[in-house]
Amino acid sequence: MSSPAAAANVRHHFENAEQQKDASTIGMWIFLVTELMFFGGLFMAYFVYRQAYPDAFASASNKTDLLIGAFNTTVLICSSLTMALAVNAAAVGKKALLIMFLVATLLLGSAFLGVKTYEYHDKWVHHEIPGQHFECEGCKDSGHASLFFSLYFAMTGLHASHMIIGAGYLIFLIIQAKKGKFTPAWHTPVEMFGLYWHFIDIVWIFLFPLLYLIDRVHK
Amino acid sequence: MITATHPVETKKNYLNAEEGLKSWLLTSDHKRIAILYLISVTFFFALGGMYAALIRLELATPAGDLVESNVYNKFFTMHGVIMVFFFLIPSIPAVLGNFFLPMMIGAKDLAFPKINLLSWYIYMVGGVFTLYVLLSGGVDTGWTFYTPFSTSYSNGYVIAAGLGIFINGFSAILTGLNFIVTVHRMRAPGMTWFRMPLFVWAHYATSMIQILGTPVIAVTLFLLVLERGLHIGFFDPAYGGDPVLYQHLFWFYSHPAVYIMILPSMGVVTEIITTFCSKKPFGYTFIAFSSVAIAVFGFLVWGHHLFVSSQSIYAGLVFSVLSYIVAIPSAIKVFNWTATMYKGSVRLETPMLYAIGFIGLFTVGGLTGLFLASLGMNVHLTDTYFVIAHFHYVMVGGAIMGFMGGIHYWWPKMFGRMYSQVWSKVAAIIIFTGFNLTFFPQFILGYMGMPRRYHAYPAEWQVLNVLSSAGASILGLGYLIAIIYLLYSLKFGAIAPPNPWGATTLEWMTDSPPIAENFEVTPVITQEVYTYSAEEVLHVV
Repeated sequence: MSSPAAAANVRHHFENAEQQKDASTIGMWIFLVTELMFFGGLFMAYFVYRQAYPDAFASASNKTDLLIGAFNTTVLICSSLTMALAVNAAAVGKKALLIMFLVATLLLGSAFLGVKTYEYHDKWVHHEIPGQHFECEGCKDSGHASLFFSLYFAMTGLHASHMIIGAGYLIFLIIQAKKGKFTPAWHTPVEMFGLYWHFIDIVWIFLFPLLYLIDRVHK
Repeated sequence: MITATHPVETKKNYLNAEEGLKSWLLTSDHKRIAILYLISVTFFFALGGMYAALIRLELATPAGDLVESNVYNKFFTMHGVIMVFFFLIPSIPAVLGNFFLPMMIGAKDLAFPKINLLSWYIYMVGGVFTLYVLLSGGVDTGWTFYTPFSTSYSNGYVIAAGLGIFINGFSAILTGLNFIVTVHRMRAPGMTWFRMPLFVWAHYATSMIQILGTPVIAVTLFLLVLERGLHIGFFDPAYGGDPVLYQHLFWFYSHPAVYIMILPSMGVVTEIITTFCSKKPFGYTFIAFSSVAIAVFGFLVWGHHLFVSSQSIYAGLVFSVLSYIVAIPSAIKVFNWTATMYKGSVRLETPMLYAIGFIGLFTVGGLTGLFLASLGMNVHLTDTYFVIAHFHYVMVGGAIMGFMGGIHYWWPKMFGRMYSQVWSKVAAIIIFTGFNLTFFPQFILGYMGMPRRYHAYPAEWQVLNVLSSAGASILGLGYLIAIIYLLYSLKFGAIAPPNPWGATTLEWMTDSPPIAENFEVTPVITQEVYTYSAEEVLHVV
């Protein structure tokens, strides 16, 4: 750890730490663009079908649990906050704080996934899983209502799988942080993971109104 | 001292810097990864070619007598899947782009060497899925996997095939991501954007398509697998879905994918033509921006695959016009190549033969694309052999000609050996002849109404079909000769000098084969790209 290049973990093919950092940042943003296109295909399918079968979608989306959805949204936004604080803690070199915030992010993420599992189970119990045994009590046009649930499971499922991958990487980051790998000069993985985590949050910020809020009927 | 016992020590290069299989499988050197890709794509090319041979063998006689229609369906599906996803898409970017893009901009490696290696492993995993499909009984949907046949009726291994392509997609995404970051952040001092070789511009545009398009096919196949595997409906009308949505999502990627295949080839051809004319390419900025324009417009034309799929005629009209617009940047390139050759001192070395072949064949392929982009004509030609002939002129006549040209152009740099000049020219001419004999009759067959994807046809079309099958065997012979003399050259070829063709781009300024980090010292660029001799500069002025 004598030279600045060594402190910043500069790999052999880069000229300096700045170039390496820039490359990682651009790379991460481009990766997020690909993620955007990945989810984009699903959003497109959602818009097309919502437009084509508004009644079926409206009645089916009223089946979702608004309270649980809102709670989970809050949990996820809080996890974004703790992640942002973790990045900041890494940047100023506060190791204990970094670990604390990473653990908090992991816990909040796990809470989200736990609640999501409960929601899925609830759908299972009510036969709201598309397929042979699909039932949708009180739904208009139940043939197309099942499309809503197809999209619901595909979109939230893909989102959840991103959360699971994120949670796995968080564990890795926590171990690395404990070993003291991150310094103010080099904490790129924490920063890049922060971008990823915020991205998943933003996807949910769009999923929540699309799946839970539009055409909500107050009971 | 080791040098004392070995007075004639060979200079270290990327090939012998480390020894052993492990040093290859765990390498992070972009040049070695390119070689890994070269071996793998050649394998898949041979495999896809085998299916092509079986198809042409069946079509040599009017009766469906070699295989049953069901097996024939599997032949053309496997041919399409392997050639498109496992050969054409990775061929030039992952082999030649991987090897030369960093060298051309004076970098030591791509920005993310480990991700580069990861992309190869992902490609191989996707390939294993495809091999599994092949060995377990194949898939019969056509490479387009149209629903609801693929999700509800097909007896083939749709899920495994879909997952193979899904996984393979990430390898293309990672390669594209790596290239974009490398071009942005790894250029040597003085290597401004407009000093980059046009090969790099072509790859930059290709990478844009890869990162924006590939995720969409990935998610589409993900939905396809869910529908087939778990009966969660998206596209099948039986589940309330719309099969046309599948076609939109599929072609939103798969039309731009055509440009993933052809743009790198155009980059290769530009390099070859400028080198073998010893002349600056005519209209550098036009060629550079036409690559970008093709990438952009390429995303706006997918609807021309749905002219007869219940798409509204007004949408059809717009897509038709937009498809015509793509012809403009493509034509700009053809004109610029021709203008570069005009009054140049053209040397007809093997790579140049391929490049000239490319211009002619791509022009035919491009112009017949205009036939298909016009609404009325398209109704007559949809799903006929005219379409097959058109896209093979672009894919084989374009993309593979470019790949072969590029391999011959850079072979001395990659392996430090020269191949036989005579045999390589013979093979190039055989390939050109065989190609035209294979696919030109198909234009006529298609125009007369022969539909694609059938294993039998009326007897009056036999002459043209036999010509096509004969051409295919000539084409195959050409590739075989090429593989033989190229492999032979690895051991017995003459030692290649650093710059055998008198090229000006950076990759020729280092050893053949290059050292592990490409350059002894990071090059500093002080002049424009493609500056030939002083006389040349004066001549141009």
